[in-house]
Amino acid sequence: MNTTDALLAYVLRLGDTALVTGQRMIERVTGEPELEEELANANFALDYVGQARLFYAYAGELEGEGRGEDDFAYLRDSQAFRNLLIAEQPNGHFGDCIVRQFLFESFYVLQLEALAACGDRRLADIAARGVKEIRYHLRHATQWLVRLGDGTEESHRRVAGSLERYWRYTAEFFDGDDVDDVMRDAFGGPDLASLEPRWRETVAGGLREAMLSVPEDEAAQTGSRRGLHTEHLGYLVAEMQHLHRAHPGARW
Amino acid sequence: MSKNGWPLYEVFIRTKSGLSHRHAGSVHAADDQMALDAARDTYTRRMEGVSLWVVRSDRIVASDPAENSAFFEPAEDKIYRHPTFYEIPDGVENL
Repeated sequence: MNTTDALLAYVLRLGDTALVTGQRMIERVTGEPELEEELANANFALDYVGQARLFYAYAGELEGEGRGEDDFAYLRDSQAFRNLLIAEQPNGHFGDCIVRQFLFESFYVLQLEALAACGDRRLADIAARGVKEIRYHLRHATQWLVRLGDGTEESHRRVAGSLERYWRYTAEFFDGDDVDDVMRDAFGGPDLASLEPRWRETVAGGLREAMLSVPEDEAAQTGSRRGLHTEHLGYLVAEMQHLHRAHPGARW
Repeated sequence: MSKNGWPLYEVFIRTKSGLSHRHAGSVHAADDQMALDAARDTYTRRMEGVSLWVVRSDRIVASDPAENSAFFEPAEDKIYRHPTFYEIPDGVENL
């Protein structure tokens, strides 16, 4: 695989994960338990959509075929999306969202930090900007994880269930393929093998503080790099794209 | 937990270095860290601040409006407490 193709594929993966994560958070708008959480969630959702736009705009330039942000977001079928599986998982209850974001963002911060130092200047700039946002998201999610895990008997039981629910989607963070290899070798991008122990350390620390146990690694589900998604992505993409497809080029 | 169970916090924002913190509003939160995050998410979305303080509203000691006459009115006729009351003597350069 040549380096430009690998870079394009990698940037699209980042864009897809950011967009799908943002879309899941947008689904919760008006549904948060407190006004203050409502604002936080909406801010976070827009941070992700903003990151997706930067990734897609760059992908369009790398591809050089005239496609832009909207083409990638709204005019590709769900089979073409390469977002991480954890991003497309349904929201569930508040604790589910906190655990999902905690697990993913613990990884995403490390990934963006590594990318901020990579050899592709444009991607490094996008990552450096994004990591500031995600560090705050992670702080927010971690605090809630501790409040819920070390809270009441019910809140503990429920986030322990959330952890069981999402853990199986974390293995694919580190299940790299040839695209990841090219990013590491040709661009000085993230070395997944060295990121994994750091991720485990971060997660174990958060879980310990939240009085939760690190789950067993069994029945991992992977495949997003090859376009193998869970059943949930199709519904998310259909809802997200409906307006644009019904009214192509519609503007406010 | 219902919002009624969460204490109120007052939010103070310093808009730029050198200025003092000013009261911006309030948030409900279950603990201090949540209050700080909620203040950040609610009141500094448009680059309003470089520093945030939050303090539980019930920790603020406030003057009693019923005592305003005793508290504030005695200052009304003390015009000599204002620097403008004094004439600057000729020849004084720094006062």
